[in-house]
Amino acid sequence: MWDTVKLVALGLVALLAAIAANYARDVAYQLHMIMFMVVAAGLFLWTLRRVGEPRAATNEGEYLDGVVRAGVIATAFWGVVGFLAGTWIAFQLAFPQLNFAWAEGYLNFGRLRPLHTSAVIFAFGGNALIATSFYVVQRTSAARLWGGNAAWFVFWGYNFFIVLAATGYLLGVTQSKEYAEPEWYIDLWLTIVWVVYLAVFLGTIIKRKEPHIYVANWFFLAFIVTIAMLHVVNNLAVPVSVFGSKSVQLFAGVQDAMTQWWYGHNAVGFFLTAGFLGMMYYFIPKQAERPVYSYKLSIIHFWALIFLYIWAGPHHLHYTALPDWASTLGMVFSIMLWMPSWGGMINGLMTLSGAWDKLRTDPIIRMMVVSVGFYGMATFEGPMMSIKAVNSLSHYTDWTIGHVHSGALGWNGMITFGALYFLVPRLWNRERLYSLALVSWHFWLATIGIVLYASSMWVTGIMEGLMWREVDAQGYLVNSFADTVAAKFPMYVVRGLGGVLYLSGAIIMCYNLWKTVTSVGARKPVAAAVPAE
Amino acid sequence: METYTALRAFADSWMLLGMTLFFLGVVLWALRPGSRRTHADTASLIFRNDDKPAAETPARAAKTKELRP
Repeated sequence: MWDTVKLVALGLVALLAAIAANYARDVAYQLHMIMFMVVAAGLFLWTLRRVGEPRAATNEGEYLDGVVRAGVIATAFWGVVGFLAGTWIAFQLAFPQLNFAWAEGYLNFGRLRPLHTSAVIFAFGGNALIATSFYVVQRTSAARLWGGNAAWFVFWGYNFFIVLAATGYLLGVTQSKEYAEPEWYIDLWLTIVWVVYLAVFLGTIIKRKEPHIYVANWFFLAFIVTIAMLHVVNNLAVPVSVFGSKSVQLFAGVQDAMTQWWYGHNAVGFFLTAGFLGMMYYFIPKQAERPVYSYKLSIIHFWALIFLYIWAGPHHLHYTALPDWASTLGMVFSIMLWMPSWGGMINGLMTLSGAWDKLRTDPIIRMMVVSVGFYGMATFEGPMMSIKAVNSLSHYTDWTIGHVHSGALGWNGMITFGALYFLVPRLWNRERLYSLALVSWHFWLATIGIVLYASSMWVTGIMEGLMWREVDAQGYLVNSFADTVAAKFPMYVVRGLGGVLYLSGAIIMCYNLWKTVTSVGARKPVAAAVPAE
Repeated sequence: METYTALRAFADSWMLLGMTLFFLGVVLWALRPGSRRTHADTASLIFRNDDKPAAETPARAAKTKELRP
């Protein structure tokens, strides 16, 4: 019966996609519909050939780790793709000749920039979040993932979304909303995938065998629910034609801008912060082999964070058409965010109290601790930049880009690397990592890369901010825009080099993880006696 | 415009009060006396069930039922 339903659904999708591809108004839409058609038709044939075959019953006595393994591989892969794209566009800014004439309209900065941001945030970060949330929710609920193979649908569906988005950017499909560039039909697809993700996660929590919901799951759940809400509201749009990629936003003017930055800032707050805090609250205690410093603080951290973050968006729109009260509100809430952010940072760091010696011996815990350190720095810098007086200098300058990257490379990147190093030996049943020395290399390359990135962006950001506002005795502006661009050149090269270091660290990590799986001996079964149950 | 004004008035009065009270309630609940044992147990649950899900033994099921509010 289930097979019949699946076959009908897949056949319909393939047929409708074929019709849509035939009537397509633009190339990108046509390509995407052909992709939908090929995938649906392929799955149709695959399902058809397996009709009536006996299926192995899901073993409720085991965790569903295959999907986590796939997620780990996808995270490492997309990480390298995203860092490579970022390093490349950093050099495109330093050396505009790299915007090759023959690739104009496909590989120039404007097309590659959303490819980079989406690859690192949604592909690298998103796969890391999905994989770790599936791993953590199973262990902390002591239950197998709910929904059978639905978790696999989430994994493949999400990665299909990423491929749709990335190919769309290169072909110029964008609704021009930062971090929400994909057009209406890609958004609809992501909505379906995300609802299934929520169902799998929540289903597992509901059938948990532990009495309590561990704090990491609260953070993951906040991330999933809030992203669903943000995604739907910010992408409210009317397609110009069902056979074309172009759509028109439902909101206009300042309402649209406010909705966009409500989305944009909470993508930072709930995707890059709450979700990754879920990782922090599981992997740091596990790697340090001691429970989190204060469980009470973690509860207060959670509620304070989600109550405050949602209001901070207007600080992206200081000195615009946005009413003053709204931007003041955004600023005030951003500053209040100092408290939960630092409370969480202290909670993460103090988990090591009594085990600080591990910092010398364990490069993985070092990576996690530096990540939490960068979390603290970025969440100090952010509220400071949201103050209107500071923002009048920093806004539209490279300082913002530096701030984002100290958070993204330092906090999100490093905690993800730590989690990958933690997960791979366990998921592939290896007794240890291939090389701790290579982890140290990765650690130092990444850290120095971030320092180069952030410090060069501070210098160029503050410099261009000051150059823009410099006036002479007669009140005329002293510098033209091109003057600031020329003055920034050395710092742009330093930033690109920082990217090269960070990227090399990630490649070393991939090699290390690959060798861990292929050439380290299997973990020996634990000798301790297991009580009969 | 009327809807906006009504929502605005509601948002910065009763809604604001309600959310503040909820938040303070959560903080007080976390700090309530006697929560230490529960929190210690929850904080260390990550060290159990690493390799496979917990078996639903009658004793465990009873404990889960008793601890779950």
